[in-house]
Amino acid sequence: MMVLIPSPLHSYTGRAEVEAEGATLDEVLRDLDRRHPGLRFRIVDEQDRMRPHVRFFVDGEQVFDLGQRLEADQSVQIVQALSGG
Amino acid sequence: MAPRTPKRRSGPSRGPVVLVATRKGAWIFRADGSRRSWRTDGPHFLGQVFHHLVLDPRDGRTLLAAASTGHLGPTIFRSSDLGRSWKEATRPPAFPKAGEGEKGRAVGHVFWLTPGHPSQPGTWYAGTSPHGLFRSGDGGESWEPVSGLNDDPRYREWMGGPQDGTPDGPKLHSVIVDPRDPAHLYLGMSSGGVHESVDEGRTWQPMVQGMQVVDGFDPATITFHDPHCVRISPANPDRLYQQNHCGIYRLDRPATTWVRIGKAMPRSVGDIGFPMVVHPREADRAWVFPMDGTSVWPRTSPGGRPAVYGTSNGGRTWRRLDGGLPKRDAWWTVKRQAMASDAGDPVGLYVGTTSGELWASRDEGRRFTCIASHLPEIYAVECGEPAR
Repeated sequence: MMVLIPSPLHSYTGRAEVEAEGATLDEVLRDLDRRHPGLRFRIVDEQDRMRPHVRFFVDGEQVFDLGQRLEADQSVQIVQALSGG
Repeated sequence: MAPRTPKRRSGPSRGPVVLVATRKGAWIFRADGSRRSWRTDGPHFLGQVFHHLVLDPRDGRTLLAAASTGHLGPTIFRSSDLGRSWKEATRPPAFPKAGEGEKGRAVGHVFWLTPGHPSQPGTWYAGTSPHGLFRSGDGGESWEPVSGLNDDPRYREWMGGPQDGTPDGPKLHSVIVDPRDPAHLYLGMSSGGVHESVDEGRTWQPMVQGMQVVDGFDPATITFHDPHCVRISPANPDRLYQQNHCGIYRLDRPATTWVRIGKAMPRSVGDIGFPMVVHPREADRAWVFPMDGTSVWPRTSPGGRPAVYGTSNGGRTWRRLDGGLPKRDAWWTVKRQAMASDAGDPVGLYVGTTSGELWASRDEGRRFTCIASHLPEIYAVECGEPAR
């Protein structure tokens, strides 16, 4: 499936949209990390918690659970809710 | 016999590098041999939060940088060619995954980096926020938690939580490796005391005797002790200096009671501040950068008149050093990592302000000049001798 990557993470992917596979959001993020090493730890901490101010959407709907099941024809969007100066 | 820091005499060739970590990236300033001319190299990683940037003195070319980015998680960047190229750590410092029903800790940012002992090339230590100690054995590529500290139940209690420590989280800082013994370590924790290990971090003991705490609190409670910066004398590793939330201290081992040498500072200036720097070759010489610790603790230069204070007798007396610095209306804050010395003769001193200015002295603080301004908020200043 396609995953939309926010600009602060383009140094890992080289582009804004990349492919990743998985039956859950967690599996997709782990696959992303295999393809683009280091990316996952910047957005999910060592306790498998989404980092504050990083938002995950599936087909435009925000999700809060890494265990969220995904269908192959869905798309994932990752957003960094940048704030502050 | 303690190892001596090699003296670098001034000359026409290359001088030291000054490594500046800021809230919006890193800069490297390269001096000529006279330290009169500086070349700016940067920004590196513009926009990324850099808490510390350190040159490995064991090879003179490896840089490690503690970084985070906006709201992204923390990481370590490594350069083996003095900043020409960078590579990210494959496994940055991270606490172990908590068991079922336990509350897990997550590294907010890496705050402090210390190269390991010269006999252990590739070894580095990292201090984090929240409090945590990590070690790398492969030059910063991968990191493991130092469980002897991080998981000791006493230390878990003293480390406190997010509501303790500094506004952006409690810091583990001042990781010191005894130059005579790689197993002998010290560290400081903001709101958590000073601690010593003699077995390479497997076990730790508090070392807070003699240190004062805020009036009305019990100094027997480790968590009330707030060291800001602890330094070891390279010339005499039995001597430690400390700038604390409650004064300036000295400790001569094997004694275990800190002596408040800041009492000798002028009363109008006080002995509150963040950084402390020790002369590379003379154990009796050290410098601090006092800040206002009265009323609501502005933590700015007292009276708006910035100055370094230096001692040449182990803190019995202090001398004001403000040549070249603004004489009035300068409300500087200098963070605990933002003052450093080089190994030159005479020693060079470097001070970075939160208002983005980098000041340098080629004569041990007698006269300062501004070598960079309009930088982002400076978090850390380190100095190193690049390989020839």
